[in-house]
Amino acid sequence: MTEAGTVKGQEFWRWQEYHRIMPKKWTNKDLITAGVDVGSVGSKAAIMVNGEAYSWGITRTGSNSPESATKALSYALEGTGLKASDIKYIVGTGYGRVNVPMANKAITEIACHAKGANYIWGPTVRTVLDVGGQDIKAIRIDETGRVTSFLMNDKCAAGTGRGMEVFADLLQIPIEDIGGISLKVEKEPEPVSCTCVAFAKTEAMGLLRKGWTKEKVLAAYTRAMAVRMANLINRVGLEKELVVTGGQSKNIGIVSRIEVILGVKCLPMPNWRDEGSLDPMVAGALGAALFAKALYEKAQKA
Amino acid sequence: MITVGMDLGTQRVKAVVLKDGAVASRGQALSSFDPTKAAEQAVEEALKAAGLKLSDVSYFAATGSAMDMAPYANGTVSMMGADAKAGVYLFPKARTIVDVGAEEARAVKCNEKGIMVDFVVNERCAAGAGAFIEAMARALEVKLEDLGQLALKAERASPINASCVIFGESDVVSLIHRQESKPEIARAVFDAMADRISSMVHRLGVNPDVVLVGGVAKDVGFIDSLNRKLGLTVSIPQYPDYAGALGAALTAASRAKGAQK
Amino acid sequence: MITHYGYIDGSGEYYIVVDSDKCSGCGKCVQICPQKAVLLETEFIDLEDKTVAAIAEEHRKKIRYTCGTCKPEQNQTPCVLACDSKAIKCIWNPK
Repeated sequence: MTEAGTVKGQEFWRWQEYHRIMPKKWTNKDLITAGVDVGSVGSKAAIMVNGEAYSWGITRTGSNSPESATKALSYALEGTGLKASDIKYIVGTGYGRVNVPMANKAITEIACHAKGANYIWGPTVRTVLDVGGQDIKAIRIDETGRVTSFLMNDKCAAGTGRGMEVFADLLQIPIEDIGGISLKVEKEPEPVSCTCVAFAKTEAMGLLRKGWTKEKVLAAYTRAMAVRMANLINRVGLEKELVVTGGQSKNIGIVSRIEVILGVKCLPMPNWRDEGSLDPMVAGALGAALFAKALYEKAQKA
Repeated sequence: MITVGMDLGTQRVKAVVLKDGAVASRGQALSSFDPTKAAEQAVEEALKAAGLKLSDVSYFAATGSAMDMAPYANGTVSMMGADAKAGVYLFPKARTIVDVGAEEARAVKCNEKGIMVDFVVNERCAAGAGAFIEAMARALEVKLEDLGQLALKAERASPINASCVIFGESDVVSLIHRQESKPEIARAVFDAMADRISSMVHRLGVNPDVVLVGGVAKDVGFIDSLNRKLGLTVSIPQYPDYAGALGAALTAASRAKGAQK
Repeated sequence: MITHYGYIDGSGEYYIVVDSDKCSGCGKCVQICPQKAVLLETEFIDLEDKTVAAIAEEHRKKIRYTCGTCKPEQNQTPCVLACDSKAIKCIWNPK
């Protein structure tokens, strides 16, 4: 068990910041590129060696986007022996993409998430549900990872990472356990009719007072959020294979319910806790680093 | 003839006693977790103020989100129907009634008789109702009743993410950290609310005679923003939060009259 | 790339849909939008930048409010009518 399951003070919303270095080595002949994805909740930076994921870092986004970008990139470089100056090309993406100071170019997170999903799961992926800190996006892609159609939800915290942080605090359950706990119900309750996270602060309390268990409350809310996400996917059109990226890809309660509602299985999720494994939360940064490689090579040819 | 209208809202229950077509008294109580009991208290308070007893009342009508839990009720009135009735009673020329409560906002279009012809309601989203203003006041560490006056001091509005209470709260906190002016943040809060409400009004078609009721209609900051967004001056009754109860009491009176015939 | 801007809620669904492959970047929709919600934006397609119509960032998440005034007109919003290349569609399915 990682540090994730432990409770630090009363900050149930707090999720684990971490960085990872893949086992392979790099040499001076290799092309090093990077992608920096500054999201509303998490900042992710990924380093690629010849277009292969090499290392990444995930940190919480602070109030200052440029600082968060710098912090994420240094975290990704930590222990690799690489210096920022070794990186030939950097693409910035995410909500704070225009504020990534070291980036050679900014590209929308939609394109980057699509490219990253194609990288993580391969060319059979056609539908990507990206559930980040403040957005839910349904993206259709072709076999090269190019976006063909995309939809973003209206601004609403229901189902987003930020919304889940509020639930974690409200029910006093560590955020990384929320998904699993929401599945610990004998019978799936009816989804709540109102998913508004602000109202949930009183409505969920009301349900607990009525004798509902935390598990049942979470199940009813998670179900309602999964229904919303499934609706978004249906609007862009579901085509197999389906994958989930972004921070909430780690929420098994959300992912498994979407599978049930849509009647399809997602491609297996890499187990991000394992060394040597990719993490769907860094899909955007990986996609950005791939674009960085392509753009660098294009510039060299020109 | 005496009739009583009860409006069982999410935060408060309001009661209006109507005597021969005129308001005799009002009463209210916090809904807390027992709207039935709160309604009993509100009715008791109102009847006491008018020097009347429960047995004097010909008809009790209930409205509001918890209307099914109303005590004494002889019947219920839809919230939109009650708004329309009260709006035209208070301002005979009114054809659009906007009701902004703690957890819900609606815009109702009606005819000269106070009969609803169309309506728009916000879909169970805290960002579209008084709850949004309350949450932002909390985030700003300003008393709810002071937020309006604060907003009136601002020349411009700060940029905040105002389409969701949860995101709005984080934005307000980071704006405070950046030491942005509180009046400008307050104004942004009301402007965002007014944006949403005015788009509801526009959906019903433009009409210069707009009445604003509901608890939020007492907030000077919101009124100022809404007037600016709509480009007109909305009419506000003296007791805007009692509009629903008044509409119910008026409907009760016409029902009681109909029964007498 | 087809982009859907809008929402689904209890009142139905509403989307402004922009097909950037069809968009010529002429900007007529930008001129006509009564809310100034449409603008020309750089989109990154196949490693190239293309200038296409898009809903402005600040309006993306509040289409239900911004586009409220244009909604009742049977899916024929001004931006849809202004587009010669039929790159913009409006979907409005009230419940």
